Amino acid sequence: MKTLDKLKIGESGVIKELTKKGLSLKLIEMGCLPGEKITLTKIAPLGDPIAIEISGYELSLRKDEASSVVLED
Amino acid sequence: METASPQIKNKSISVALLGNPNSGKTTLFNSLTGLNQKTGNYPGVTVDKHVGTTKTTNGIKLSITDLPGTYSLYPKSLDEEVACKVLLGNDIDVSVVVTDSSNLKRHLLLATQVIDLKIPVIVVLNMIDEADALGLKINKEELSRLLGVKIVAVNSRTKEGFEELKSIITGATISENTFYDVSKPNELSATGFKNIIEKQFEKNEEYKTKLDLFEEKDTVYRFNVINYIFAKTVTLPQNATRTFSDKADKVITHPIFGYGILLLVLFVVFQFIFFIAEFPMAWIENSFAFFMEKTSAILPAGQLNDLLVNGVLAGLSGIVVFIPQIALLFLFIGLLEDSGYMARVSFIMDKIFRRFGLNGKSVIPIVSGVACAVPSILGARTISNYKERLITILVIPLMSCSARLPVYTLLISLMVPDEMIFGIFNLKGIILLGMYLLGFVATLATAFVLKLIVKTKEKSYFIMELPVYRMPQWKSIGVIVVGKVKVFLWEAGKVIMAISIVLWFLSSHGPENDFEKIEQKFSQQINTPNNNSKQELIKQMQAQKLEASYAGRLGKKIEPAIKPLGFDWKIGIALITSFAAREVFVGTMATIYSANDSENITSVREKLILEKDETGKPKYNAAVCLSLLVFYAFAMQCMSTMAVVLRETKSWNWTLIQFFYMTGLAYLSSYLVYNLF
Repeated sequence: MKTLDKLKIGESGVIKELTKKGLSLKLIEMGCLPGEKITLTKIAPLGDPIAIEISGYELSLRKDEASSVVLED
Repeated sequence: METASPQIKNKSISVALLGNPNSGKTTLFNSLTGLNQKTGNYPGVTVDKHVGTTKTTNGIKLSITDLPGTYSLYPKSLDEEVACKVLLGNDIDVSVVVTDSSNLKRHLLLATQVIDLKIPVIVVLNMIDEADALGLKINKEELSRLLGVKIVAVNSRTKEGFEELKSIITGATISENTFYDVSKPNELSATGFKNIIEKQFEKNEEYKTKLDLFEEKDTVYRFNVINYIFAKTVTLPQNATRTFSDKADKVITHPIFGYGILLLVLFVVFQFIFFIAEFPMAWIENSFAFFMEKTSAILPAGQLNDLLVNGVLAGLSGIVVFIPQIALLFLFIGLLEDSGYMARVSFIMDKIFRRFGLNGKSVIPIVSGVACAVPSILGARTISNYKERLITILVIPLMSCSARLPVYTLLISLMVPDEMIFGIFNLKGIILLGMYLLGFVATLATAFVLKLIVKTKEKSYFIMELPVYRMPQWKSIGVIVVGKVKVFLWEAGKVIMAISIVLWFLSSHGPENDFEKIEQKFSQQINTPNNNSKQELIKQMQAQKLEASYAGRLGKKIEPAIKPLGFDWKIGIALITSFAAREVFVGTMATIYSANDSENITSVREKLILEKDETGKPKYNAAVCLSLLVFYAFAMQCMSTMAVVLRETKSWNWTLIQFFYMTGLAYLSSYLVYNLF
């Protein structure tokens, strides 16, 4: 299962689904919907958090949160 | 379309301005209303309520409320909850949803939710200049038709679209379109969207579970509709990349340069808060001193004169003197936030601060604590997680603020001679730096302990937009700074004032007729003709009066408690009076030791160096000085801070816990230091 936190800088993927309860609503509201294309743009100097580009803007989130975003194979 | 009937007969329409954070909503609000703003509180919560007014060309008054930024009507923080509740109330005639034109998809989520409340709505396409620059085309007519509400494109910088916005507010409509799933009505959706939003605030666990499921499904459904609307109305350019932000971020979030730039930014901010602010602060102090002198000379001598001068004016001076630092700090915070830099600071610091129960957003408030805890605590509002915000507020006062500086300076100068080590380092400077480090270590250590103690159901998360870099708008920031200063003057000011008057009473009144006796004793000597030491005698009289006052008696009462720390009753008096503010310590010591010039640290120092203990050895030896230094580093000797903590946490419990924790830490550390040396 490929998840968002496994991407390298510049790599893209398409969201398949969101796991984990509680946070998914926040992620959906920020535009992380199944079918959306996502590109990893930055990794913070200490390896966490990360930043992604989604629907035309940049969003930062922790790796823990990113691990709940499952990508298409 | 059904036209709303705002109360045009009253010639005043109540407008709610809402939108996502980073929608440029507050800048728009400040541009629209300028300084015609009032800052208050929403009932029951500490979220600031900003209301401003403006007039349409027809002379209709618009009373605009700037709601806290929110991503949706399913609130996840106190701020978002407030925004949602205001919309549900009956006080709002028209709701204006502000969206970022260049990031429309996500911003339309909130717009569709507000439209579904079936209230009169207007949608603003803000920052239309940026969308134009990107080559993004929006078909306004089609968007207006699909949403069922009026739409206006504005640019806060040039005020383009402002008049149109004001003129269509009076004709805002309730949309006939719905954006939630009504095709297969279920238990929830059948009741209408407004009802769903209202019911989420009822504490009903069973309902909550159903609602959680609904919220997710509803949001996904909405985005499907929005994607359809977006495809119909927005033409995207071939490649809409924001090259400037990308290039800037290569440096700003760089592993080495990133932290280097952060240090540089903090350095510049401190230079301003420490040194530049000193000029207006000295000017304020001098003006008050002049005013106090004049008042005391003009009014007849007596209780009223003394209360007015040493109680009221002294207290007022202690409040007003903070204004330059507060204004500067908020100016910088405003610039850093509006430019988009603050989000990057949080991004590169989150991992470090997370370990201590803090958040990437805690960095600026905590570091600003070196200037003054009061504005820093207000600055902690940007942290949405309750636990992380609370911990940030509770640890900020442990950072060594600028009010400790005069105390440190005096004590260090008593303890060490002007000596250089290794030829270049001044020993005093090294000890001073050590005091600041001590404060920082205590701050992080306390945060770590609090992380284990404070319980919250709220999950810590860091899901934050990295907005594009933008040129800050000075006017908008200016309006914010004025607002913050006003809030400080009023909210913290009244508490500081009250305590100043109490302290004045304690130090200028004594039980029985002790004061008269002292006055009688001195009056003969003072009135002796050709007495050269008249000034000296008056100083001595004042010192004896202070000793006989309630404050003096309190100092003696607490002497047994502070004796283990190496303090006597004289220091006890200074500890009590400097509860108002730490820097009062120097002034009180000056009065107690009847130094000639209370403003001049050197003269106090000379008196203290000569002070001997019972055995004839210098009283202020290294052990006493270090003990006092540590005490002032940790003790909560600042009523302004306590007043602000109470206001921000709305909790007497946490305010008192913080007070007793800091005092306890100060006491134990001083005890250890005194007995080790």
